[in-house]
Amino acid sequence: MSMFLETLIGGLLAGAMYSLVAIGFVLIYKASGVFNYAQGSILLFGALTFVTLTENGVPAYGAIAITIALLIATAIAVEKLLLRPLTNRSPMTLFMATLGLSYVVEGVAQGIMGSQVRALNLGIEDLPIFIGDILISQFDLMAAGVALALVIALSLLFNRTRIGIQLRGVADDTRAALSLGIDINRIWQIVWAVAGIVGLVAGLLWGARQGVQFSLSLVVLKALPVLIIGGFTSIPGAIVGGLIVGAGESLAETYIGPFLGGGITPWFAYALALVFLFIRPSGLFGERSIERV
Amino acid sequence: MGTSATPALEIRNVSLSFKGVKAISDLSFRVEKQEICALIGPNGAGKSSLLNIINGVYVPDSGEIVFEGERFQCMQPIDAARRGIGRGFQNNALFSGMSVIDNVIAGLSRHSRVTLVEEMLRLPRALSEERDFHERARAVLHIFDLEKHANTPVGTLPYGVQKKVEMARAIVGEPKILLLDEPLAGMNAAEKQEIATIIQRLNTELKLTIVLIEHDVGIVLKLAHHVVVLDYGRKLADGVPATIRDNPDVIAAYIGSEHSEVAA
Repeated sequence: MSMFLETLIGGLLAGAMYSLVAIGFVLIYKASGVFNYAQGSILLFGALTFVTLTENGVPAYGAIAITIALLIATAIAVEKLLLRPLTNRSPMTLFMATLGLSYVVEGVAQGIMGSQVRALNLGIEDLPIFIGDILISQFDLMAAGVALALVIALSLLFNRTRIGIQLRGVADDTRAALSLGIDINRIWQIVWAVAGIVGLVAGLLWGARQGVQFSLSLVVLKALPVLIIGGFTSIPGAIVGGLIVGAGESLAETYIGPFLGGGITPWFAYALALVFLFIRPSGLFGERSIERV
Repeated sequence: MGTSATPALEIRNVSLSFKGVKAISDLSFRVEKQEICALIGPNGAGKSSLLNIINGVYVPDSGEIVFEGERFQCMQPIDAARRGIGRGFQNNALFSGMSVIDNVIAGLSRHSRVTLVEEMLRLPRALSEERDFHERARAVLHIFDLEKHANTPVGTLPYGVQKKVEMARAIVGEPKILLLDEPLAGMNAAEKQEIATIIQRLNTELKLTIVLIEHDVGIVLKLAHHVVVLDYGRKLADGVPATIRDNPDVIAAYIGSEHSEVAA
């Protein structure tokens, strides 16, 4: 039993990190109807900037502040140079634009800051500890705590501020939001900046785990099954989807893996997402229709 | 409603077509300050398209809009809202996941002067604006008798109540003119009467100029000071309700010749 619990909890904690990546996508999808392929490169860009700054002797707090400032500047640039000129184009056009954006961001980031693997030490011990008789990774516990704090901060932003009301308004009915004089361009800038900061947090946690390098941008591919399971339009969906994928991977590796010769983790999430596509194509929490009309 | 020097709104020779199909051809009329102007006409006559031109959703092929003495060939919806053009939509366009009061507060967006940073740090300016917006929203909920629903998610309310929320959201920002697209559609007789009374009160008490599209001719003739009849994108008639009622063109095109015994 304790082995089952250990596997489950370990999986859920790892899942929280998947959720974090997926939330960045949901924010942008809800507000501007774009599946932002560049979220992965923005995540890499954030982590890489932070590492480069700290390597050059900038203290961690300063490095965070500078990185966030750069992410905000990126968000404003993306809105002005990409979203605004492409207003009213099809979702596919916008998707292709973000595909291009991802190459630009990756190229510029690696061109300036290098493409070798960089170690990132967040000062969190990665030694497992016992809670009762269950062995848990301290790092995963910490990461899940950070993810939780971020989700609470986001929900305060959305539910307790007037900017939050405008954000939800734009996500809910763009036409009505415009008729009320809500500045949709500013809302997009804010949403892209917030998604960038969420990406930075995810990038730092993943980067501390596996080193900061190009492959970090590929966590996008891990977010896709999470979004299919949870739904593209729901933050609670992204959280639950991430936890399901994390727990599912971990349980499957332990209990089904031995029968299939192991190595389940890389594909299990996709198989699970496929099942969801058959039985619930809009995801657990998603709106019925994914296409915005 | 006499003809004043500057009308609230003037449509001058406006034409609009979609992929070669004429939706509106060379349409001109004026809306005087503080009047209720009704646009009537069969489906496809170009009524909703015209509202979309006035609040900047569509750009006319030719012609111009004069609002408060300023001329526009095209304006963005956000500019229209900032200049004081309020809008209600056909079948409602509410933020259905949000509470009634949050929907109404969203209607004050164009008056917000506070930045996100000020809001997150809860600085005095942000807090006082928040209090102010809350009070203004509450006051409007009172006009519409919606106080008991303030914290209810809009999506769970009946259609008639949602319509009132939409109108509350449209007027809370104190627009100079309010455009309503079929505010009475899909309602029973009692609800229609209630909304019609509210429209009348907005006009008399808040001195609001109102342009509305409505199919219920009986109510239109009682409610409006001025009626413009459209058919196939052209103006068929324009005048006070009494002259519209007796206009043979209107009877033929709108009320329908096969029901001439009703019109007579």
